[in-house]
Amino acid sequence: MANHTTERESVITIRGLYKSFGDLHVLRDVNLDVYRGENVVVLGRSGTGKSVLIKIISGLLTPDKGSVKVLGQEVADLNDKQLRELRLKLGFLFQNSALYDSMTVGENLEFPLVRNVKNLSRGEINRKVAEVLDSVGLKKTLHQMPSELSGGQRKRIGIARTLILNPEIMLYDEPTAGLDPITCIEINKLINEVRSRYNTTSIIITHDLTCAKVTGDRILMLLEGRFLRQGTFEEVFDTNEEQVKNFYDYNFINPPSSSHTTHAITQ
Amino acid sequence: MKSHPKSYVISKRIDNFSLRVYEAYIFTRRFFMEIFGGGFEFQELIKQCFEIGYKSLPLISLTGFITGMVFTKQSRPSLMEFGATSWLPSLVSIAIVRALAPLITSLISAGKVGSSIGAELASMRVTEQIDAMEVSAVNPFKFLIVTRVLATTITIPILSFYCAFVGLMGSFLDITLNEETNLQAYFQNAFEQITFLDIGSALIKAVAYGFTIGLVGCYKGYYANKGTQGVGEAANGAVVTSMFLIFLEEVAIVQVTNWFR
Repeated sequence: MANHTTERESVITIRGLYKSFGDLHVLRDVNLDVYRGENVVVLGRSGTGKSVLIKIISGLLTPDKGSVKVLGQEVADLNDKQLRELRLKLGFLFQNSALYDSMTVGENLEFPLVRNVKNLSRGEINRKVAEVLDSVGLKKTLHQMPSELSGGQRKRIGIARTLILNPEIMLYDEPTAGLDPITCIEINKLINEVRSRYNTTSIIITHDLTCAKVTGDRILMLLEGRFLRQGTFEEVFDTNEEQVKNFYDYNFINPPSSSHTTHAITQ
Repeated sequence: MKSHPKSYVISKRIDNFSLRVYEAYIFTRRFFMEIFGGGFEFQELIKQCFEIGYKSLPLISLTGFITGMVFTKQSRPSLMEFGATSWLPSLVSIAIVRALAPLITSLISAGKVGSSIGAELASMRVTEQIDAMEVSAVNPFKFLIVTRVLATTITIPILSFYCAFVGLMGSFLDITLNEETNLQAYFQNAFEQITFLDIGSALIKAVAYGFTIGLVGCYKGYYANKGTQGVGEAANGAVVTSMFLIFLEEVAIVQVTNWFR
């Protein structure tokens, strides 16, 4: 892990986190500090508990054991009102975007705004909606239904819907899953733009190494419920550890026995 | 695979059933708490009343009209044997207002509205739309559940009285085709035997059925899981459970109102 991050303010602090579903132990003694302004990428195979981790951070799931502090507040100790106040500072992009399919794009965007910011005039709401739509480059989709949008557009609208409340922390759940390579590049670029434009701190859950490399300041490798490795992209993959090497090689469609991982990164 | 003794299986089923009952109690309690919690979603309530009420009108009209007409046709031969066909309007109106209209309306609504609420909310649950509301600091219970349950509780009594009216019109049509009468005489005859208690008990039934349909549909949808299979199960469960509860309520309300007759 890079040393400079330890001097900064930790906005998400996780200590000794455990979560199980029946006999399935998803998270085992997870510890994490996310510092203000950084993009942290959590890498791992499907089913390793990456999404569970950010659902616990946002209070959608409760941990079995351990402490999760977001902006200094212990999430498990918050009452409904306090949790809602905390969530105003969190943006969550779901894997399938989770747009409200009975509403137009415009209605999707104003839905959280009108319910959380009181006494806004119609003009102010429209201006705010236009502003976030513009920031994701989809101004023309205002009156479209989510079913009329492509996968990439849905992701962008999902991001816009979170941005409308000016969140301090963004949680991205598989932002590039199911998208073509060109759209993936656009989404990665958008994630970085969101950080610089809205000064957000982000956790990006992905198994896409390109996304991790482009967007992440720090990469954490989640395997078997624990963070196996963490550091910069190069630090994480500079290892002979079998599981990490395989993850890298398969991601770039190389057979595991081909070139050495670090060599591939350098290339 | 290890097989459990029968007593263990039975005990497990009782545990699950008790858990469901407790969950349903918590869900119902939360509904009443959220109604009075402020920040009411009035626009969504109006929209749901329109979706549930207005869009059910054609089906309720058709069913009510045919029920009234067929009931009159079926009753005529028996009354003719005693030369009492003049009692037809009273007989039909008592049957329709007291029992048939609330029951028919609620059973149709359980099938049409209950399944649609269950499927819609279940689909929102499995596609994480409900989670998306929660993380954007919006109370999904207030927006989705309170509005739908209130909408069914408000609209099903209205639909029920509308169904009674349409049923009486169906009956009137059959009577005018077979006997000499006019609308005024028919309604005068029909309402002679209807008491305030009949209308009151019909209203209580319709309110109870409406509340049940909304609450069961929402409960099944809100707690759906297992992906698309869960959507089907929620829709099916909403219909079956609400119909079962409606029949139980029918028996209970008829029993109670009979004490006052």
